[in-house]
Amino acid sequence: MLVSYEWLNEYVDLEGLTPEDVAHALTQSGVAVDVIYTRDTGIRNVVVGKVLSTEPHPQADRLKVCLVDVGKDEPLNIVCGAANVAEGQLVPVALEGASLPGGVTIKRTKLRGVESQGMICSAKELGFPDKVLSKHQREGIMVLPDEVEIGTDVRTVLGMHDQVLELDLTPNRSDCLSMIGVAYEVAAVLDREVRLPEPEALEPTGDEIRVDIMVESEEDCPLYAAQVVDNLKVGPSPQWMQNRLISAGIRPVNNIVDITNYVMIECGQPLHAFDLDKLSNGGRIVVRRARNGETIETLDGVTRACDEETLLITDGSKPIGIAGVMGGANSEVSEKTTRVLLEAAFFSPPIIRRTSRKLGLRSEASNRFEKAVDPERIIPALQRAVELLTLYAGGRVVSRVTTERVGDIDELTVSLRHERLTHVLGVKLKEKQVLDIFRRLRFPVEVKDGVYHVQVPTRRPDIAIEVDLIEEVARLYGYDNIPPTLPWGQQSPGGLTREQLLVRVIRNTLRTLGMHEVITYSLTSPELGSEIASINQAGQPIRVAMPMSEERSVLRTSLLPHLIETASYNLKRQQERVAIFEIGKTFHTHEKKLTDLPEERWELAGLLAGKSVPTNWRQPSSSSDFYASKGVLEALFTRLGIHNVEYRAVQPVGFHPGRTAEIVVDGRVIGILGQLHPQVAQQYDLGPTMVCQLDLEAIFAVAQTDVHFEPPSRHPAVTRDLALVVDQDLLVGKVEKEIKKAAGEWLESVTLFDVFTGEQIGEGKKSVAYSLVYRAKDRTLTDEEVNRVHQAVIDHLAATCGAQLRQ
Amino acid sequence: MRERLEALKAEAEQAIQGAKDLETLKQLRVKYLGKKGELTAVLRGMGELSAEERPVIGKLANDIRQTLERILDEKESALEAAAMEARLKEETIDVTLPGVPRPLGSLHPLTAVIQQVENIFIGMGFEVAEGPEVEKDWYNFEALNMPKDHPARDMQDSFYITREILLRTQTSPVQVRTLQAKEGKVPVRMICPGKVYRRDDDDATHSHQFTQIEGLVVDRGVSMSELKGTLLAFAKRMFGEDYEFRFRPSYFPFTEPSMEMDMSCMACGGEGCRICKETGWIEILGAGMVHPNVLEKSGYNAERYTGFAFGMGVERIAMLKYGIDDIRYFYTNDLRVLRQFQSV
Repeated sequence: MLVSYEWLNEYVDLEGLTPEDVAHALTQSGVAVDVIYTRDTGIRNVVVGKVLSTEPHPQADRLKVCLVDVGKDEPLNIVCGAANVAEGQLVPVALEGASLPGGVTIKRTKLRGVESQGMICSAKELGFPDKVLSKHQREGIMVLPDEVEIGTDVRTVLGMHDQVLELDLTPNRSDCLSMIGVAYEVAAVLDREVRLPEPEALEPTGDEIRVDIMVESEEDCPLYAAQVVDNLKVGPSPQWMQNRLISAGIRPVNNIVDITNYVMIECGQPLHAFDLDKLSNGGRIVVRRARNGETIETLDGVTRACDEETLLITDGSKPIGIAGVMGGANSEVSEKTTRVLLEAAFFSPPIIRRTSRKLGLRSEASNRFEKAVDPERIIPALQRAVELLTLYAGGRVVSRVTTERVGDIDELTVSLRHERLTHVLGVKLKEKQVLDIFRRLRFPVEVKDGVYHVQVPTRRPDIAIEVDLIEEVARLYGYDNIPPTLPWGQQSPGGLTREQLLVRVIRNTLRTLGMHEVITYSLTSPELGSEIASINQAGQPIRVAMPMSEERSVLRTSLLPHLIETASYNLKRQQERVAIFEIGKTFHTHEKKLTDLPEERWELAGLLAGKSVPTNWRQPSSSSDFYASKGVLEALFTRLGIHNVEYRAVQPVGFHPGRTAEIVVDGRVIGILGQLHPQVAQQYDLGPTMVCQLDLEAIFAVAQTDVHFEPPSRHPAVTRDLALVVDQDLLVGKVEKEIKKAAGEWLESVTLFDVFTGEQIGEGKKSVAYSLVYRAKDRTLTDEEVNRVHQAVIDHLAATCGAQLRQ
Repeated sequence: MRERLEALKAEAEQAIQGAKDLETLKQLRVKYLGKKGELTAVLRGMGELSAEERPVIGKLANDIRQTLERILDEKESALEAAAMEARLKEETIDVTLPGVPRPLGSLHPLTAVIQQVENIFIGMGFEVAEGPEVEKDWYNFEALNMPKDHPARDMQDSFYITREILLRTQTSPVQVRTLQAKEGKVPVRMICPGKVYRRDDDDATHSHQFTQIEGLVVDRGVSMSELKGTLLAFAKRMFGEDYEFRFRPSYFPFTEPSMEMDMSCMACGGEGCRICKETGWIEILGAGMVHPNVLEKSGYNAERYTGFAFGMGVERIAMLKYGIDDIRYFYTNDLRVLRQFQSV
């Protein structure tokens, strides 16, 4: 809502206040003022001039040389290129030295050899936004009304000293969609007087036209009022009215349209004028639902298909408008119009909302109807418009105000307990203070036994229950006047759950290990990454009904695709090392069409690509590989107290068949680790790329971060190295498992320190070397004891792994 | 004999002083003082001396031995010191060369902000709740006092999957889920961070996916004054004591009275600038007293219990706190951006 300060002043006493004062007070009490701006955006030295004569320019066909009287001794010689300039017009003239919006200054200059002592301005050059200008005004110079005086500053003529407050209204405050509504609010907030227009009910003086209204459904249209005015002369509306409409962001059209718009902004009641001569049955109006397939051509020239949800205004023979949304082209006011039937009504807000959405037609009128207009102001608004038509369009009243009122307007009384008010606000107000707030709001009130019985005016449909009144009192008392305290009452410990703590541990561990956390979108494309296996693959992706693009049309079932895209994005930006992870939900269902919420699973996914360590002078450059990623996971598992992790070679789709493992703990698969298949990597412009995916729920189940302390042994350890030759395809994991099996409780640790193949080892063989540390808790082991165990290990490995000691 | 001893002493002294390294010195020690050394050799002739001369020469020989041992030790120390000095000199390195990199990762800035907010509220006795991102219309709207025809809900603004299931547009449904789970018990003190979705075109200030943190307190006698106290305590911990805060009435369907909290603009300190639209104030969160309809729908008697709720946009807080001017940075995950949060 754009509020002209000059216009507002007509309805509420603003004496001694500035627009800034009013804006601040409104904002602090709940009607936020976004900005205040002045209509004048930098005009100096532009005055009203009269075009005395126009001559063709001797050198240029499209230019005219005009003699313009600007109220000085001598008329000015001005060259003008506008097609519409004509003798006798009053026009805005930028004098020598004038400034125009955008920092333009006007100088005396020669145009094609003819001197020009100023410039005749268009509305655009004076800073008018296109929105408020007609096509005609956008193309030519501005022509001012006849009554203005030559030599006057145009800013005065065009109302440009006015300031406009732009309100950012919350949806509950539709009462402030009118100047009168804003006036009530300002009056309440700043304790000022309101001054409302009081139009008279004008009666026909001569012949009378009968208006006959029929409303089919009282729910759709509980109130419909109309009055007929004839003898109209269509022309421009007075300049002051145009100025105010422009301040409100509305384009002036002609006096009839302007008056209906003016009253809408003033009263919040949209009005519509039908050309009576275009109606088939005189003053007959029938309000009814459309029949399926019925069509109507609206004012904008578009033929609209209606259905049974559309409410139509008809003349008893044909539709003449879509109620509350847009009038019909067949009954439109034109320059030839002399008689109009003026409509003011209350239409059902849900119907208007649905219709305007469905047709994609949202207007100042529909915006007000869909939030419910004030039923008490419908008739006064109609009377006000009729009054203005008689004053500014030559109108003569030829019918009474005819009303079809179906159902009564309920008077609403809401009670507020003083005790409850104190309780909710946490501050003790005096009864006098509360009564004073209701006085400022102009809410009639009676107090009885600590209860305020408040009669809520119809202009405030947002107030229906006790807590609504508490808010009214609080906002006028001032939120800043309520003292802050900390909650008392029963204390609760607060904190994170075990799972929430584990997620923090995982994030912090991974970041310490050099991984960057990323957050990507949950919505993705059904194709992206569909060639890559995922740990939660069952079911099908869930599609949103109205995606904004195919790229964001389904919920992700895996975190990997966006992680891969992120890697690609960064490598394309010359990042040499990509080490990223994401913790987020994936979404799964088995249903074709959802009837219940899908399963949301917490997953962790990681990716390594590019170099494994940043380029440096000490270490040779090496690419991220499977073992670099596995090292990160092993550190993470250690931090989470997850031991006995097995890696089993698997060959899922999209992964390198020889470099992928599923991760198994206690017989349960908790994730996958592997290199992306080179073909898949290539599709995303990636080199060797390691990814992993873990099921967080499974991690929660096996994580064990409690510590059971064991004192370290005080006895010395014995270290024995073991160099073995085994078949090349024997998995090293098996060797280690068998060592542990055979070595018994004295084995403190086993570390693989060398793996190699080569001629000296033999075809199809590899050498693996371990360092075994033996130690007993209670005594020093003798050489013989260690030898015995170590030999047992060697024998066991020979039997189970075909391992030979390397010579 | 005396002459021979004196000569030997002079010769040895000269040789020791001239020694260039520890090895030479070791040989000299053997040569002059060893069992088969020259001093011993001279003393072997003592038998030929008279009884008067023997103690005199013996003492002289002993003095010479002591003198030579002393200068040998001195020379040894000197040579050792020189050797150490040489070694240290040789071992000198360029301390300005960079260390071996141990690359550090980072938390995503949104995670960092969520954790900071969580920590502050945990300190005030709050629990952290979670809720589904795919939500029922009833929880997302109806239970929050937004029936089907409510102006504030628009099919166009939400990602619906079916008529009754959608991607949640706010974290507020978790209020209702939390209350239902508590089954009428008090106190309820929770915050809930989470992803939310709206049908907005992505640009510098809009994102179809973003993050909110919801808060809820329900108990007997909870008042607006406590709401203000809680939010001020939070904001001062989060942003520091240097800022001013104000509260303005606002509107949310699920709270009444409702409010917005503003902070004096970080960029201009309240003077007015482009960022705060010349007002000097920046909106940081929305809040209010839980609407009685929401309490009743969640199984709480609204006469007996009152509550407050608040919600904030995590991206907005992060943008203000770190001076980020485009919301898309949170979702492009450019490592050059993420690395700036290694210290957060």
